[in-house]
Amino acid sequence: MLKRTSEFVIEACIKLSGLAVIIFVVAIFIFLLKDALSLFGVHSINDFLFGKKWLPISEPAKFGVIPLLLGSLYVTVGAIVICVPLGVCSAMFIAEVAPSHLKHVLKSLVEILAAIPSVVLGFIGIVWLGPFLRNTLNLSTGMCGLTGSLLLAFMALPTVISISEDALIGVPKAFKEAAFGLGATRWQTLWRIVLPSASSGIIAAVMLGIGRVIGETMVVMMVTGNSPVIPTSLLQPLRTLTATIAGEMGETVAGSEHYFALFAVGLILFIITFIINFIADICLRKARK
Amino acid sequence: MVAEVVIKTVDLHCSFGSTAAMRDLNLDIYKNEILGIIGPANSGKTTFLRALNRLNYLSASYSQTGDIIFEGKNIKQITDRLLRKKIGIIFALPQVLPVSIFHNIAYGPKVHGLTKKNNAAAIVEKSLKKAYLWDEVKDRLDLPANRLSGGQQQRLCIARTLAVEPDVILYDEPCSGLDPISTAKVEDTMQELKKDYTQILVTNNTKQAARVTQRCGFFLMGELVEIEETETLFTKPKDKRTDDYITGRFG
Repeated sequence: MLKRTSEFVIEACIKLSGLAVIIFVVAIFIFLLKDALSLFGVHSINDFLFGKKWLPISEPAKFGVIPLLLGSLYVTVGAIVICVPLGVCSAMFIAEVAPSHLKHVLKSLVEILAAIPSVVLGFIGIVWLGPFLRNTLNLSTGMCGLTGSLLLAFMALPTVISISEDALIGVPKAFKEAAFGLGATRWQTLWRIVLPSASSGIIAAVMLGIGRVIGETMVVMMVTGNSPVIPTSLLQPLRTLTATIAGEMGETVAGSEHYFALFAVGLILFIITFIINFIADICLRKARK
Repeated sequence: MVAEVVIKTVDLHCSFGSTAAMRDLNLDIYKNEILGIIGPANSGKTTFLRALNRLNYLSASYSQTGDIIFEGKNIKQITDRLLRKKIGIIFALPQVLPVSIFHNIAYGPKVHGLTKKNNAAAIVEKSLKKAYLWDEVKDRLDLPANRLSGGQQQRLCIARTLAVEPDVILYDEPCSGLDPISTAKVEDTMQELKKDYTQILVTNNTKQAARVTQRCGFFLMGELVEIEETETLFTKPKDKRTDDYITGRFG
């Protein structure tokens, strides 16, 4: 009898935990949606989505999300362009080339890289990378998109490396043996057989890396210069969606137009990360087949 | 039978870590024969086969002493690339690559730069015809190769090996995962290939060895117990252990 009761309680707890995840996600979405939609009662949705100026405290206030969206896009693309080749190549090295003792060292180093708090990276950006870029590239300020991209690339690197590495290790040994048996060299096998077989897993790694980069707040707030104008190059100060919310939320009056506008920005961010995770999920599922 | 020796092993000794897998093997393999290798599990059959094209070295703990002479040359003086082109291997489970039928075959020639001289489509057709698979797949060369049946996949692997123009083909229990009809087709293919290639067949199936091979060796615990004309080996084995194995008394 006692056994049956405990069984029931445990089962109920597990079920509840599972449901909680769904409830949280839906609740967050509804919460965001409610406040974001309040903006569009007083402010045109067109002006928000296609407005080219973000001037929340001017009179009249302008809430055009385009500069922020482009800011996020620039920094993310920059980070991914740096991070993906580096990450996939290190994963290839760890999975296929490195001797086993080196493999263990590298894997723990990658884990340490993942454990560095983003504020520390931001700090490095302010005191070292920013001034370094300003001096070497002769910029007016080192607090620009490129600084953010470089640091974010390092933040996304562990994600990209470990998931790509899993994908590469998951390639059946049979494929490699078949290729070697035909006389293919190690490089030919890696390039023509292993990499294509692992491609869905690697795409998933890249998507999760993008998700990590686009949602990152602290680093970009510290090093990208926080200037909400439409950027024309990565060498200019810019501001991302995330940094806008984090930087301005403290200054707004709850229930004001500005307050709702920040929720709308949050909603956009939520939708973007949702889509990216969804694509990554599809790729991972394909990879597991 | 006075025939040209294609492969000669001299005191070949193979081990993985501290475990010896093959001891002091001296064996000649003649041109255009089908040599069978039988023996129970862990008798060193596969190790022997994979020593011939140095696939054993994919395992980090592997070491080897003694020599293998291939076409008059010590294989230590031949690059992996050329050696594996000349000595192709068919694995126990069909190891098709995750690409189309066409690209499975074209892969090898591409790797060796053979497609520059000839056109890939011609090589693919020729190889599939030699493996007696052409008629079954000629209308669907773009199909992913893993959609073929097990027997077809195994013959595809044979065709893929043929595409790089080897002299010797090694078979590592090629029919262990196949049904009797597919097995018969693979065996027929082997018979047809006899006129152009030297073939070595490792098998767990003594009946298959009796059907397909001309000469047959019996391996036990890393040792070549005896090697004879197949008929002699199966009717009048010299060694008691061979007799016990082929009559099913142990193993």
